[in-house]
Amino acid sequence: MSNNVLRRLYPKGNYFMQGDEAIAYGAIFAGCRFYAGYPITPASEIAETMSRELPKVGGYYIQMEDEIGSIAAIIGASWTGLKTMTATSGPGFSLMMENIGYAIMTETPAVIVDVQRSGPSTGQATKGAQGDFFQARWGTHGDHPAIALSPSSVEECFWITIDAFNLSERFRMPVMVLADGIVGHMREQIRIPDPDEVSIIERKLPTNMEETKYPFGRELVPPMPIFGKGYFTHVTGSTHKETGMRDVFTPSVHDRLVRRIHEKVREHEKDIVKWEEKFTDDAEILVISWGISAKPSLGAVLRARKEGIKAGFFRVITIHPFPGKRINELGKDVKAIVVPEMNLGQLILEVQRFTNDDVKLIGVNKIGGVPITSDEVYRAISGVMS
Amino acid sequence: MKKYRMLKYLREEVLPTTMCPGCGGGTVLNVFANAIDELGIDPRNLVMVSGIGCAAWIPSPYFKSDTLHTTHGRPVAFATGIKIGLPDKYVVVISGDGDLAGIGGNHLIHAARRNIDITVILVNNFIYGMTGGQVAPTTPFGAKTTTTPYGNVEHPLDISETIAKAGASYVARWTTAHPFALLKAIKKAMVKKGFALVEVISQCPVQYGRRNELRTATEMLKWFLKVSVPLKKAAKMSLEELEGRITIGEFVDVDRPEFVEELNRLIEKGE
Ligand SMILES: Cc1ncc(C[n+]2csc(CCOP(=O)(O)OP(=O)(O)O)c2C)c(N)n1
Ligand code: SF4
Repeated sequence: MSNNVLRRLYPKGNYFMQGDEAIAYGAIFAGCRFYAGYPITPASEIAETMSRELPKVGGYYIQMEDEIGSIAAIIGASWTGLKTMTATSGPGFSLMMENIGYAIMTETPAVIVDVQRSGPSTGQATKGAQGDFFQARWGTHGDHPAIALSPSSVEECFWITIDAFNLSERFRMPVMVLADGIVGHMREQIRIPDPDEVSIIERKLPTNMEETKYPFGRELVPPMPIFGKGYFTHVTGSTHKETGMRDVFTPSVHDRLVRRIHEKVREHEKDIVKWEEKFTDDAEILVISWGISAKPSLGAVLRARKEGIKAGFFRVITIHPFPGKRINELGKDVKAIVVPEMNLGQLILEVQRFTNDDVKLIGVNKIGGVPITSDEVYRAISGVMS
Repeated sequence: MKKYRMLKYLREEVLPTTMCPGCGGGTVLNVFANAIDELGIDPRNLVMVSGIGCAAWIPSPYFKSDTLHTTHGRPVAFATGIKIGLPDKYVVVISGDGDLAGIGGNHLIHAARRNIDITVILVNNFIYGMTGGQVAPTTPFGAKTTTTPYGNVEHPLDISETIAKAGASYVARWTTAHPFALLKAIKKAMVKKGFALVEVISQCPVQYGRRNELRTATEMLKWFLKVSVPLKKAAKMSLEELEGRITIGEFVDVDRPEFVEELNRLIEKGE
């Protein structure tokens, strides 16, 4: 039924829309039927689109009293079997951190979108930035894995949101989408596909009572005994045994649980990690960027190539887990790496971790809410050559 | 030994409970189990949610139902998502006053305003029990706690009155010294369509009583009986006369449109 409804409501074809809207439609195509959020620029259009569209597809929209309530509500709803999402920007993302940890520890699928804006604090509330690179990785407390993806275009906002849902359901964990104010508010043409073109991953549910007994172990990703089926499942953010029962005293119980949660990502890193590369075969200078800043970066690389400079382009799509291995390989053959991003140097720290000392690292860093231009990136590239 | 009649509602493997001897949490557990028994509620139709604190351990992990033990202060927000996903189930939050009305006060007020069909049993022991007896938003003026060694200089929050004003469909307050009235109130709250709060004034002899000349559970229960005043009687009393008293009874019992039903109406319209 659902695909027919989608086909009727959102006929395939080309549309002109904002990144925020594309995230909302991506979520709906991915099967999201519950959205809870709290307004914040530049993410509010996601909530507005969801409030309008969700009831049409049998879904629920709720505006909660704050971001803490929003993420709590989507985790609760996820345990009833719904695919759920919330969207926010920096300050709200900070408020959500405790419960992002809760979702990790309770192995709850949910998608959290952060349309980054300029900070710290309220900073430039209406301006885009890329300052939450590490907040997505290390924002919550304790040892934990993280999956975060970052789109560069409106079209990609749609597809990356679908990827985020699929990863979240597959690994039973929260997955973050790190967009930014520019991609969120930018308008571009996007192609809405036929729903049959979209591959969807559903979470593994128990098929019999026996499988409900160990919802937190025995397998790397155990089946999730959702609520309301008579399974009597106990879910807690405290350290728990495979059965779900709390045990905060036995070191091996904590060790087993937290290591397995890490393993879910580590073991499948190869399938999760995504990047895009162009002209890297013979590159002498590599431009590595992410999110919106990758657009002017590619522009600059194309221009450099025209001018005879052997520049290569690398765009990080999954910022966590990080495509460090590939960057390490590419880094062996280049003289310099240019890293453009709208912050004072975050991605560049990860790049540094994976490159040898003899490679020159040059950040192109711009803050203040104005996007990086391809001229600025080009100047950095040509500066290395001269 | 005779088996406890309500054992069928509990997860036997995790008993005995971690509650201190004499804790009012035991009464709440017992009364709640009796309430679902008398209502004939199948525990498969029950989802229990709690936050962090001693009171939060009453449902979790002891009740044999789906149980979600959440972060401190947030159980009502988690329960909101659960109720929307499972509108036909009984969604019940049992947690402490610090959890629900301190750190979680905003969620409580807004759930009442929305009138979402959740039952909240708020166990008010006037204190942060689990963290060692610090002052709470409910600690009486002048009372001694580990962080008010010279007596509390703040005024306590009247939770039931606040939530009744916020728009709940049902609000009642009783103490653990009134178990039968409490049972009746919980039963009413469970079947009420809309947001229902039952505030239970409960003894914590260990963290509260000990520091306020009420060393045993018995002394605390006697004190509850001495200071509680039925709402009707309280209406005729002056503010000075009510100082240090606990008003008990039903604060509100009304019918208003319920939130999840309204949400589902939107879907029907959409389709
Ligand atoms: C965000 C956060 N802050 C503080 C704590 C520490 N903490 C645990 S229980 C608790 C107080 C619980 O008090 P109350 O809800 O009144 O329950 P009681 O233990 O008295 O039954 C606090 C502050 C926490 N777990 N999380
Ligand atoms: S500390 Fe107080 S509230 Fe906590 S279990 Fe002991 S008596 Fe009960």
